[in-house]
Amino acid sequence: MWEKKPVLLIVLATCAILVGTIVTMVLPFAWVNTEADRIEGVTPYTALQQEGRDVYIREGCNNCHTQTVRPLVSDVLRYGEYSKSGEFVYDRPFLWGSKRTGPDLARLGGKYPDEWHYKHMDSPRAMVPMTNMPDYEWIRDYPLDPQMIQRKMETLDFPYTAEEIKALEGKNEMDAIVAYMQKLGSDIPWREATETTIVGELINPYAEADQATISSWAPLFSDNCAACHGARMEGDIGPELIGEDYDDEILFELIYSGITDGGMPSFSSLGTDKVWKLTNFIRNYKADGDQ
Amino acid sequence: MEKQNYNYAIVRSFVIWSLIWGLVAVLVGVIVSFQMVEPDLNFPPYLTFGRLRPIHTNAGIYGWGVGVIFATFLYIVQRLCKTPLWSDKLAKFQLYFFNATIIASAVTLLLGYTTSKEYHEMEWPIDVMIVILWVAFGINIIMTILKRKDEQMYISLWYMMASIVGVAILFLVNSAAEPVSLFKSYSAYAGTNDANVEWWFGHNAVAMALTAPPLAMFYYFLPKSTGVPIYSHRLSIIAFWSLIFMYLWTGAHHLLWTPVPDWIQTLAMGFSVMLIAPSWGSVFNGYLSMGGQWHQMRENYLVKFLILGITFYGLQTLQGPMQAIRTFSAFIHYTDWVPAHIHMGTMGWVSMISFASIYFMVPRIWDREVYSIPLANLQFWLILVGQLIWSISLWVAGVLQAGMWNAMNSDGSLTYTFMETMVEMYPYWWARAFGGIIYLVGLIIFIYNIYMTVKKGEPTAVTTATAEGRA
Repeated sequence: MWEKKPVLLIVLATCAILVGTIVTMVLPFAWVNTEADRIEGVTPYTALQQEGRDVYIREGCNNCHTQTVRPLVSDVLRYGEYSKSGEFVYDRPFLWGSKRTGPDLARLGGKYPDEWHYKHMDSPRAMVPMTNMPDYEWIRDYPLDPQMIQRKMETLDFPYTAEEIKALEGKNEMDAIVAYMQKLGSDIPWREATETTIVGELINPYAEADQATISSWAPLFSDNCAACHGARMEGDIGPELIGEDYDDEILFELIYSGITDGGMPSFSSLGTDKVWKLTNFIRNYKADGDQ
Repeated sequence: MEKQNYNYAIVRSFVIWSLIWGLVAVLVGVIVSFQMVEPDLNFPPYLTFGRLRPIHTNAGIYGWGVGVIFATFLYIVQRLCKTPLWSDKLAKFQLYFFNATIIASAVTLLLGYTTSKEYHEMEWPIDVMIVILWVAFGINIIMTILKRKDEQMYISLWYMMASIVGVAILFLVNSAAEPVSLFKSYSAYAGTNDANVEWWFGHNAVAMALTAPPLAMFYYFLPKSTGVPIYSHRLSIIAFWSLIFMYLWTGAHHLLWTPVPDWIQTLAMGFSVMLIAPSWGSVFNGYLSMGGQWHQMRENYLVKFLILGITFYGLQTLQGPMQAIRTFSAFIHYTDWVPAHIHMGTMGWVSMISFASIYFMVPRIWDREVYSIPLANLQFWLILVGQLIWSISLWVAGVLQAGMWNAMNSDGSLTYTFMETMVEMYPYWWARAFGGIIYLVGLIIFIYNIYMTVKKGEPTAVTTATAEGRA
């Protein structure tokens, strides 16, 4: 019958399409982003952060970077605490992405100091030699437009102050995107919550290693430490490492757990073995300084 | 017979423009594939990977895909309804407005005006244009169907109508946004809601724009090319209704393990697996229609394109549900496996059917025999090999990367840093770029063949009428 009546076919097809639509797309509005989802501490973006977010959108960063950590072992170990619905209530649009050509950024905020981000955005390959991320130094040439940003804040209904808008003058898009990246995932105190507490005595498994063995660990240092502490440990964004005189155990703990509010990331994802190797490499380097 | 009444001029124009936008899509695709291996090939601010990739996807979907939909639907609707188009003027408007919309999309995306929502990146003024365009197209098709001469509507017409309604609903809901200026808007939905709406749209755009329309073409052009009817009418009825009912539940399989509520993810997973049935309903219907006709795979290049196309549809609709299962998604999602999957669908299924449809229509709308069948065969092999190199290299890459992401040491720490896993991708990305070039060469040969057909093909006076009379 419907094969002879086009209007009936259209009505029936629309109904067929609407069933799944209503159940899986319309109904969730009753649950998602309600009071039950709310997380204390999650705040709207500041004017500077929101503008940074818009630069992120404009440049299509979401084509290569995701912003959701899944509740899976390898995701949580690599990126941090898994993402929760309530953390995204101010995200219009969402930026979860669909492809990790580069790493996930959902927990990037607070991982590195600002200076790291400026240098990395200028020239990613200067920090991470084999990366395929293009340079974004050029966004420094674009000054912010405070008036436009104020309009955006009004459209989004985000709180802002006149001083905040005034402070945007003289800033450029690079300042904005760095401010945005430092906000990512940092509304909940997950870093403090997941900090490792080392129980019992730490014993350096490589205390007796010979010079040649320790020297062979140099790539570990150049891959993970050199971008901030310099290829010869002379210091750059991070402090100089030659002449520091930490005990093995303290140095191990610093590398393993990082310094949460000091800009030093945790390297626990490398595993204890590699962190011990780094500890010995750094201590040893300091000793004779010519590896 | 009554051929002179049909509006073929509009079909000709849409064929030409879809080829132009198809070439742009593939060309930009090749460019971004090289940007992925060589970051110095990014030329800011306009020619960066982040801005060009949406141009590649949108030119592919809206320029090439929808262009072919317009061309074939306007052709098929006249033939199946045995009546000329309802309005030639509206069709003409649709043609000009289509190109204006595509050009506006390309320019604004280059300028960085984007919503960031995948396959829906264009900002709100262009959304408005797309709505006008789709309404003009939909009205013309539906009005033509209403004044048809044959009471019974053939399968292709069902898929066409479902697609017109489906795309309209999806696009309107996902477009909702609050404008700040002419070129910037904020989504009407936030966070998890926005994600759920976007992938309800994203996955069903695949259903309503890249599945239903090629099926409409397949059901029409396969019997036309082989000269024998579709195997089972009943099977096509079951496949049609179950397909359009089940598809809409599956969007959240793009969001497995995200903060989207678990029950939505579970429904999406279940319905994705169930979708194998209606998908393979059409695949079987196609294969069984070839009963006693398999020799045509050797003799008739159109059949070769169509059967390989439906075969890739079958593979796509097995692989897709597999990826939609939580455990498999946990492993493979976010890796290069996923683009490999998408490209099997677009380069294998949708484009193979589109090439066959255009090859079938060209002699009938230009009254010229296809210029060179050897060239068509050469194109077939280039397209096939190019796509296989593209997809297989990235499937391997995806499994490799997923394995490295998940590899753990005995103390429970990760074996590899992110960069160590990414560096391993370079050889596969090179292979993919190489596969893309082969595909591009195949496409250029296709365009050349069509061009030469129009310019130099032998006239087809009587042959068309007899070929038409067969089916």
